[in-house]
Amino acid sequence: MADMKQPACVSCGGAGLCGGKALATLKDGSWTTNPLAVQMLGICSALAVTNRLENSLVMGAALIFVCVGSNLIVSLLRKAIPTRIRMIVEVAVIATFVIVFDQFLKAFYWDMSKQLGPYVGLIITNCIVMGRAEAFALQNPPLLSMIDGLANGIGYAVILAIIGFFRELLGAGEVMGFRLLSDGWYTPNQLMILAPGAFFALGIVIAIFNHFKGPDPEEKKQ
Amino acid sequence: MGQTNKLEIRVSPSPHVSKALSTRSVMIDVLIGLAPALAAAVYYFRVHAVTLVAVCVASCAAAEWVCNRIRRRANTLGDFSAVVTGVILAFSLPPALPWWAAMVGGCVAIGIGKMVFGGLGSNVFNPAMVGRTFMAASLGTLMTTWTVPATVDPVMPKVAPQRLDARTQATPLAWSKTAIKNELGATTYNRQIFGSTVTGEVGGCLGETSAVALALGGLYLLIRRTINWRIPAGVLGAAFVFAAAAFVLDGDVVSEPSRQWLASETYVQPLFHLTSGAMLLCAFFIATDPVTMPLTGRGMWIFAVGVGILTMLIRVVGEYPEGVMYAILLMNGATPLIDRFCKVIPVGGKPGGKG
Repeated sequence: MADMKQPACVSCGGAGLCGGKALATLKDGSWTTNPLAVQMLGICSALAVTNRLENSLVMGAALIFVCVGSNLIVSLLRKAIPTRIRMIVEVAVIATFVIVFDQFLKAFYWDMSKQLGPYVGLIITNCIVMGRAEAFALQNPPLLSMIDGLANGIGYAVILAIIGFFRELLGAGEVMGFRLLSDGWYTPNQLMILAPGAFFALGIVIAIFNHFKGPDPEEKKQ
Repeated sequence: MGQTNKLEIRVSPSPHVSKALSTRSVMIDVLIGLAPALAAAVYYFRVHAVTLVAVCVASCAAAEWVCNRIRRRANTLGDFSAVVTGVILAFSLPPALPWWAAMVGGCVAIGIGKMVFGGLGSNVFNPAMVGRTFMAASLGTLMTTWTVPATVDPVMPKVAPQRLDARTQATPLAWSKTAIKNELGATTYNRQIFGSTVTGEVGGCLGETSAVALALGGLYLLIRRTINWRIPAGVLGAAFVFAAAAFVLDGDVVSEPSRQWLASETYVQPLFHLTSGAMLLCAFFIATDPVTMPLTGRGMWIFAVGVGILTMLIRVVGEYPEGVMYAILLMNGATPLIDRFCKVIPVGGKPGGKG
């Protein structure tokens, strides 16, 4: 799997709008250079909101939305943005999408908005979004940039969901608020709800992820 | 190599072994040292002690075996370090803890406390204390439920002035803390309890209650030179000085002159601090873990005094009745720094000519 350099693009049949790089980009963003497990970006939010699966899912959705949107806009503007102020432009674009999502949550999912607290707003400073805009969207066409945003968003969201699932299951005996482990024989592990539990869970998930991913091709050479 | 050279050069850091000393023999020595406390634990807590020690040792050994298999490393069960970790972990758990909780503790102690770092010798923190901290944070209620020793008359527990629940009771440290908080005065309590903390006929963690047994085991290790004398001396000395200073300098001493030596109303007497809680277990068996303590003599002093003072600070000022666990972990974390601070200057001056 890792040896496939240029997989044939199924979606648009070879060199289409994305130049045949869609699948490779998708795989890179969500697997080979997974933002959380490989690049170690966005750790803060991964620790903060994963105490319940529901929160993790919403946070993952928020990041996918912001990342796809900001990558698209930044990519469209990439030739118009003066290099010296590109960071400010990127932040402005990202902030717009974050505020849209935040307002959406406040309008339709008030409880969830309260639970996530400041962490939705903090997506503005999330290194993943900024990093993709800076490293990818500025050099690539819009469609490919969107795919990259989607890939990284998915890579982040899936790991968040895994951590959220286990933290809620072990910490409260529930999944999505539904009791799976009954009171009689399972004593909820309070640590998993607290921040230290998030560190343990994240560390273990990253270890397992990297075990299956195998070492980087660059590391292999050495 | 050095036969022809008669010049005596002493370089103390790094363990330069000069006798047939293996990890295995050291660990067996520690196990022998722990034997009296184990006997006391079995005597006072009966089946609880047997179950907990067995489960902890088994889960620690299993975790070590599994971790080695996963990493495709050679099996390291033979050095008995996992067994020692298991016994110390069991000693630091409440007697009535369910077996599955002890099992989780053992797996965390070895898995996350030791093997994640690369196995014995690479761990930053004392594995047993990592396991215990994990349990204390995870299962708060279970980890603070203390059983009355089987030898104590269940209707009238020796340790508390009033009748208590027949099954569980506060530990001496927890009780003294409440007494002080409610301004009952620690004086009366002092006399009743001190004798029990020496023999071990009190509530508390499985292996920490009997001061005599722990001291006996510690003495054996000291005589065998398995542990460095600086650690227990530093821990106990610092704790004693701290407790004595608090006791003597306390403003609210009872006015009756004949009782003044044992009369502070806000602090329990210093010896009580040494015999109660996990102080002796810590001084002889936990702080002396060769992996997580500094290498040099000066570093050991800093480490040991730090453990003693932090323990006492948490006990006297902090919210928790006992502070050994956090004191050890904090000083473990500081150990690399201490080692750097206490670097021994090599013979012939510092490299680079500035010495």
